Amino acid sequence: MFDKKFTDEVKNRKQKWDGDAEKFRGKKSRPRFITVSGEDIDELYTPADVNGNEFFEKVGFPGEYPYTRGVHHTMYRSRLWTMRQFSGMGTPKQTNERYHYLLKNGQTGLSVAFDLPTLMGYDSDHPRSLGEVGKCGVAVDSLADMEILFDGINPRDVSTSMTINAPASILLAMYLAVAEKNNVPFDQVRGTLQNDILKEYIAQKEWVFPPEPSIRLITDLMAFCTDHVPQWNTISISGYHIREAGSTAAQELAFTLADGFTYIEAAIKDGQDVDAFAPRLSFFFNAHQDFFEEIAKYRAARRIYARRMKEKYKAKKERSWLLRFHTQTAGCSLTAQQPENNLVRTAFEALSGVLGGTQSLHTNSMDETLALPSAKAALLALRTQQIIACETGVANTIDPLAGSYFVEALTDKMEADAEKYLDEIDRRGGVVKCIEEGYLQREIANAAYRYQQEIERKERIIVGVNDYVMENEEIEIPILKIDESTESQQAAAVKNIRDNRDNDKVKRTLEDLMVAAKGNGNTLKAILDCVRVYATEGEIIDALRPIFGEYIEPPII
Amino acid sequence: MSEKIRVLLAKPGLDGHDRGIKVIASAFRDAGFEVIYTGLRQTPEMIVNAAIQEDVDVVGVSILSGAHMTLFPAIKKLLTENKADNIILFGGGIIPDEDIKALEKMGIDKLFTPGATTEETVNYVRQAVAGRKDDEKIM
Repeated sequence: MFDKKFTDEVKNRKQKWDGDAEKFRGKKSRPRFITVSGEDIDELYTPADVNGNEFFEKVGFPGEYPYTRGVHHTMYRSRLWTMRQFSGMGTPKQTNERYHYLLKNGQTGLSVAFDLPTLMGYDSDHPRSLGEVGKCGVAVDSLADMEILFDGINPRDVSTSMTINAPASILLAMYLAVAEKNNVPFDQVRGTLQNDILKEYIAQKEWVFPPEPSIRLITDLMAFCTDHVPQWNTISISGYHIREAGSTAAQELAFTLADGFTYIEAAIKDGQDVDAFAPRLSFFFNAHQDFFEEIAKYRAARRIYARRMKEKYKAKKERSWLLRFHTQTAGCSLTAQQPENNLVRTAFEALSGVLGGTQSLHTNSMDETLALPSAKAALLALRTQQIIACETGVANTIDPLAGSYFVEALTDKMEADAEKYLDEIDRRGGVVKCIEEGYLQREIANAAYRYQQEIERKERIIVGVNDYVMENEEIEIPILKIDESTESQQAAAVKNIRDNRDNDKVKRTLEDLMVAAKGNGNTLKAILDCVRVYATEGEIIDALRPIFGEYIEPPII
Repeated sequence: MSEKIRVLLAKPGLDGHDRGIKVIASAFRDAGFEVIYTGLRQTPEMIVNAAIQEDVDVVGVSILSGAHMTLFPAIKKLLTENKADNIILFGGGIIPDEDIKALEKMGIDKLFTPGATTEETVNYVRQAVAGRKDDEKIM
């Protein structure tokens, strides 16, 4: 980036400076100067640290290959990131009220959080659902629940993200059926489906079927959406959960990209044209606490992805090279002690997402270590984004940190570290092989253990937890409680659906689904037919279970 | 000669968040305990059967999903029914204070919440097992 004569002179003068600085180095304000990921950070960065970094090749301009500075030319100057708060609790009616509340207060996109039974393919009255209904998110058993969930909300007017993986096709089908009932043609339906099963085996652990049939469900969905739902983001290839499970930033980046490349290769193998499906792949990253490390991560992500899409996968459309992503602030960084502090943590994390050029952002609520967000906490989280957008000035210019010696050096390092992992995953035979061998899971668990040890040795301070602790602290914020009647309400509702629908149609559509699944039929198309006649999620998953099998994870520590 | 403390660590219900339990497992191993990890998606029956089969001193259960008021009591009940009350039942996760009090009354020996250190949990297990052995001597 800089003239070699100049950077040689910088190195020279830095040596002298170094000698002068030495007399102050007896004192250290912290035991170590490491990022959240445990990476050592230098005392000072200069132009010499980015020498050899070719500006046009590596940094360039926003909206231009390799997109280090952002995927669009004018970024937030034309359109701010979407303020998309992940939300769901109890019954569909209760969640619908929260959605109206958030939209009324300025949220610009919807994001659905489902409960564990829904995430795992169990109806609310299944024995395995006992005690779990509505606790972590909203319970959805059939199209009827989806209709209640979106009551008064037209899919034409808003884009919706749904965090669902193993049963993702089913929930997308339900959303499409809701659109139908609202007379919205599929080609006007906008949103994102998480639908990233690989990271389930690696980190979030919400699977039903083994990898191969699960990937088939995904490529079927991709093909269907390419033809019929062209504005839908088919996968939200996720690093968030990998990071929450304890990985480093470089691991988060590398494992996520590796998952993405696995889906791309599967779709190509399925006969799909990369330029047909790639523009609708999207990503989802964590915004953890190390401010600059995260910004470097996002910039490196765009650069690595663009290069691979262009050079390895030979995508020709520029839209295929763009890494568009959603960001969520780090849940694992929040504390149960002095929860109001979490408001501050979330604000800094959100800021790094914005400075990293995210397309969409969720800010956590301060009470999430204690319960699902109260209305008050959810509002404050949304206001955090609005204050960043309207009051801080950071969105006035695109990629403001470009050219910072530190940030560019860190971006390069992040890129190099991630590439090392990508090579290692390739060497070991790809993501699925790495999952089977437990390599990715072990890397994550080891990083998590190291992080915990750093905290216990006080090499890493967490305010309110291992320093600045308050004894006998009283929690003075409202705490949301999910009503105990939620489970019986939902169980009664789903039974009512089963008793009052055309059960012949349900039987037929489920049989047709099984035929499609056993053969080469498009599973999403078949699931849509089941969903329209109010087959339940559990029934659809149960129909597929004998055909696809069930994944069992070997309990390795 | 002292025997190794045997601990069964379990994830009941549908909750797949296993970062915490894996950190505890590593810390317990480093502390010299014999650790058996059941893996995810265990029913209370599976947990209690494993605990009895493996002849453990302690069962540690991790729940972050909010289903603790259903799952902990179910496990305790099965331990009692199977005359395995000598096995210490403890756990951790996202559990509000009032629920902790209620669960401790039901016989769940100790519950750890976010911010607890591995050192605390290791010390707890050692003390709890030593205490149980003292009780057995008296009996």
